[in-house]
Order: sequence, then structure tokens, then C-alpha cells
Amino acid sequence: MALVKYNNNSISAVTSAAAIPSGAMTHIKTLTASSSSTLSFVDGSSDVVLDSTYPIYKFVLVSLHPASDGDLQFQCSIDSGSNYNVAMTTVYPYANHSESGSYSGVTYFSDGDQANGTSFQRIGKIGNDNDQATSGEMFLFSPSSTTFVKHFISRVSESHPSEYIQDNLVSGYFNTTSAINAVQFKMASGNIDAGKIKLYGIKNS
Amino acid sequence: MSIVKLNNRGVKDATAFGSITGLGSMTFIKKLTASSSATLSFVDGSSSVVLDNTYKEYVFTFNNIHPQTDNTSPTVGFRDGGTDYDAVKTTTAFRAQHNEADSDAALQYNGGDDLAQSTGFQKLSTVCGNDNDQCYSGTMHLFNPSSTTFVKHFIIKGNVTDTSNYSVNDYQAGYINTTTAIDGVQFKMSSGNIDSGDICLYGIN
Repeated sequence: MALVKYNNNSISAVTSAAAIPSGAMTHIKTLTASSSSTLSFVDGSSDVVLDSTYPIYKFVLVSLHPASDGDLQFQCSIDSGSNYNVAMTTVYPYANHSESGSYSGVTYFSDGDQANGTSFQRIGKIGNDNDQATSGEMFLFSPSSTTFVKHFISRVSESHPSEYIQDNLVSGYFNTTSAINAVQFKMASGNIDAGKIKLYGIKNS
Repeated sequence: MSIVKLNNRGVKDATAFGSITGLGSMTFIKKLTASSSATLSFVDGSSSVVLDNTYKEYVFTFNNIHPQTDNTSPTVGFRDGGTDYDAVKTTTAFRAQHNEADSDAALQYNGGDDLAQSTGFQKLSTVCGNDNDQCYSGTMHLFNPSSTTFVKHFIIKGNVTDTSNYSVNDYQAGYINTTTAIDGVQFKMSSGNIDSGDICLYGIN
């Protein structure tokens, strides 16, 4: 009996192979800004999964560039995006260093935190010079829990309008036992001209 | 001669496609779920745990770690050949904190939680509350645990609902000061049990 050898063409219809281990971090959705007022990830909409499927979700911010100098912010929703106003208590330490080398430091930014506030949370500030942008990551833990508060941890490197790097370490918890089912990013004023936000799910089995 | 095309069913038993043996660079290894547990231990070669030179980097995720006892901290210890989790460590610890009442916020080095050549367990966070909705979530990276040449570094970050209703963002890092391979990692509360929560172990290629 002749040996049948398969090539790439012969397996073009294969979309999965059950016994091959897949990675633990699954890409869910990428949103690309194009003069966008908001970028929203809503569970069950546009292929977004943001429920109990994964215990941990990771957002990756890639070269977000604003139309205007200003703050990059995010908030969550417990009503599928009808309202983004979940109470959160947050902390906001950062380190920065100017391009001129004239100053640097690490400090707590008390104007940037919230105490059970329902506003959008600043996670960085971005200049809108052509080459300025911000990138970073944010983890959201167990958004679907109806028992516990929901923790998040972010780290965002910004190119500040005043020509310095700022390393923002914003974290906190959403003080609700309702499930979070949507996350929205936006600038405090003006649009996000360009950049991507990618959502991943991290498996626990 | 007709072309033979394979579908998903045709490759359901495949464990590799040529040089493709897995998809993604983050591989799930093991999940331990607390249920009034005194300890949660990951031991290489036991219960399907891999913690050797298979991966150069391991990531532990902590999801909704809820203590039995108020005012206690999740902690970690490392095993370096014996049965005790008493490998010597030197570590740093700093945190940012902000309370729900908005009356206190700070960034500070946490000298009470660092270790200097100590065999004691390292705290992952400041004290966690045991209200029904309070918990700790975060991650720990452990680098090259099987090295018999170098010390072994680890980096921890997390967010906790403090006993006194603070959001506390904790960062610890350090090295296990041994050239003996680390083959086990154990987590426990500083006092009392871990009532609930998941700890997952991943290998990074």
C-alpha cells in the first residue's frame, strides 16, 4: 500500500486538532482606533467574550495616539455597555523622567485616584505630537464574579505632552458584586486617532 | 488522482503537525483551587505539575484568594531540595494604597514585608480582609527555577482589598539565594486557611 503524504493544501479545511495543546492565552478581539471617540469591548457583541469563560482577561494597548493632548481613561459596565459607571477604589503611583534629563522621580498621584468613584479612571496621559503614543497592559480578574469585588492591575508607558516618559502603575478594584460585562476606553477629551487595543483571555484548564 | 482533503475529524488524534507541537507560547500546567486549605503546593513531578527546566519562566496567577481569617496575608515559600519550603530569600516590597473613604493615599517602601536572607515565607500583599467580597488577585513570575548556576529571581504584583477597606497595589521582587534547583512552590496565608480562590501555574516558552 502506498504511503499517503499530506501537505498544507490537504489540511486547509482543518481548523482544530483536538489533541494538540493550545496556548493558555487566547486572542479574543482587536479594536483599531480611527478617530474613535470610544473603544468598547462588550460581552456577546462583535465576537467579544467577557464573561466566565476566562478567569483573567488581559488588555494590551498598542501605540494609542490621541487627537488632542490628554488623559487616556477606562471604565466598566454591569449592564452591557448602557452605562459605564461602576464604583471603583484605585491607586495611582508613577515614575517619570524627562527627555532633557532635568528631572525624574517616583511619586503617588493623588489627583489621579478614585475612592469609590464612578468616573472614568485615568491610566495615562498622551501627547499628540505625530510620534507620541502610549502602550501598556491591563489585567482584569474574574469580571463575572458575583461574589467578590473585581481587581484590575495596569501598567502604561506614556509619552507625556511635556516630553517625558511616565510609567503609570494604576490598579484597584471595582467595588461591586455584580458581573462586569463591558469595558470602554476613551480619551478624556477628543478622539483616539490611531492605535490598537487587544483583548485576550487566559485559560485556567 | 483525486486530492485527499482532511477535516477536523480526520486529524482528531493528531498530537503534532510536523514541527508544530503546540499553539501559543503560554502553556497551562496546573490549577489548584482552595477550599479551606492550609496550603496550596506545586511540586515538580507530582499531580501533573511541571516545575523544572522545561520552561525558563513560570507564571502563577492568583484569582480571588479569600482568607478565612481577617487581617492576614497570602504568602509564598520555595523548596530547594528538601521537604521544607524554606529556601533563603532576599526581597523588596513596596505598595501604593488608597482607602474608600478617600482620607489616605500613599506610595511607600514596605519594610515590614521584605526579607533579608530569610527562610520565612514572602508576603504577596498587605493584610487582606475576610468580608465576603474581599480577596487578593495578582501574578508571580519565577525565572529559571531549575538553574544550578544562578540565584532564582521572582517578581510579584497584585491588588488586595485591605482589612480597613483600602485598595492596595503591592509589588515584591527578589531572589532565592541558592544555586540548588527549586522544585516546589507553596502558598499559604500568614495565619489561618485559604478559604477559596484559584492559583494557576503556566509555563512560558
